[in-house]
Amino acid sequence: MSVLEMRHVSRTYGQGAAEVHALDDVDLSVEAGSMVAVMGPSGSGKSTLLTIAGSLEEPSSGEVLIAGTDLATMSRNAKARLRRRVIGYVFQDFNLLPGLTAAENVALPLELDGVSARKARLAGLNALDELGLGERAGNFPDQLSGGERQRVAIARAVVGERRLLLADEPSGALDSANGEAVMRLIHAACKRGVAAVVVTHDAQLASWADRVVFLRDGRVTDRTAPPPGPESLLSGEQSR
Amino acid sequence: MSVRHALLALLSEGPKYGLQLREEFEARTGEVWPLNVGQVYTTLQRLERDGLVESDDTAPDGPQKSFRITAEGHHELASWLRTPPDLATPPRDDLVMKVLVAMRVPGVNVPDVVQAHRRYLVELMQQWTRIKEAEAESDLALALAVDAELFRLDAVIRWLDAADARIKRAAPPGPKAPEPRIRRSRSTRIAR
Repeated sequence: MSVLEMRHVSRTYGQGAAEVHALDDVDLSVEAGSMVAVMGPSGSGKSTLLTIAGSLEEPSSGEVLIAGTDLATMSRNAKARLRRRVIGYVFQDFNLLPGLTAAENVALPLELDGVSARKARLAGLNALDELGLGERAGNFPDQLSGGERQRVAIARAVVGERRLLLADEPSGALDSANGEAVMRLIHAACKRGVAAVVVTHDAQLASWADRVVFLRDGRVTDRTAPPPGPESLLSGEQSR
Repeated sequence: MSVRHALLALLSEGPKYGLQLREEFEARTGEVWPLNVGQVYTTLQRLERDGLVESDDTAPDGPQKSFRITAEGHHELASWLRTPPDLATPPRDDLVMKVLVAMRVPGVNVPDVVQAHRRYLVELMQQWTRIKEAEAESDLALALAVDAELFRLDAVIRWLDAADARIKRAAPPGPKAPEPRIRRSRSTRIAR
């Protein structure tokens, strides 16, 4: 079963001559353990796709299912629970709370979901340890580098065994070494069974995905084919 | 790529045999560029002709013959490492020509041409990233070689994105959308 399923999803803003089709009949499914990248120019609908997939916005038409449940059938409280427990978000500008330490930022979603402060903090410390940030757990966001802040944001997004990770330009503000580190973390989360959707204009980020979907003017215009084994490149069989 | 200078670099570490040079070249470049032994020996002969390496005259040609770098060879290697390659003249780029031609051929959808190449390049990059993810953490040479390829392909995709946007901006506008009908308020209608 797909963790995320979008069927004939459209999103329109405005009316009449001012009507904008931000998304137009988009189909997308993402299985557990896989990463899908969504590429396209500015204004192609990438961010709208992500906000709809994350239940932060409703489509104008079509269905969005998370773990088999249609979002349209869920109450507001149920959707809020979904966002706390099932979905993790990673944004380009980190969105860490400046008054909380790294560990407290990571633990916050669990505490909001009713997990005890002690257990939440332990889970947060473990998540940071796994990302090589255990020693920075007590630091505030302004004491961390950009790469460290984004790793804290990823830890927060996957803590508590979230099943769906939605990332919008997760390496956008970082240099290439830190950008690669971020993608390795998301890739590692997928290996543990998380389904991930990464929205990006950056081909190097997108190349970490199992599949790449191309958006243009709100429509899916192309998708990458399943790749052959990487051995074909090193054996000199690639065509140039 | 300069096999000639790569062999000089390996010989700067000490005398080596031909097969040894091939194995070390491939190991040090992450096995991204396979080298056949015939090319190694041909290059060594030219280096010897140019006075940049010398061999043991008494040994027969073949695997038993070792080669060593000369003083001129060291000088040549140092000079090559410091000298930037000639990048002043842009190479005749097949993809650039293809897009320029596509813009002129009647009935061709240029964005479709661009996207076909973009997809192919992204698929290649996915393969290279898999290699990097699987093996390059422990192999610095492979990581550097794969990164070079990823950045090269990425640059081409960035050009395609820029070309797409530029061509779209330059395209003649489509049929004008009808003006929105403005509903006048009751007071405005009465005033007229």
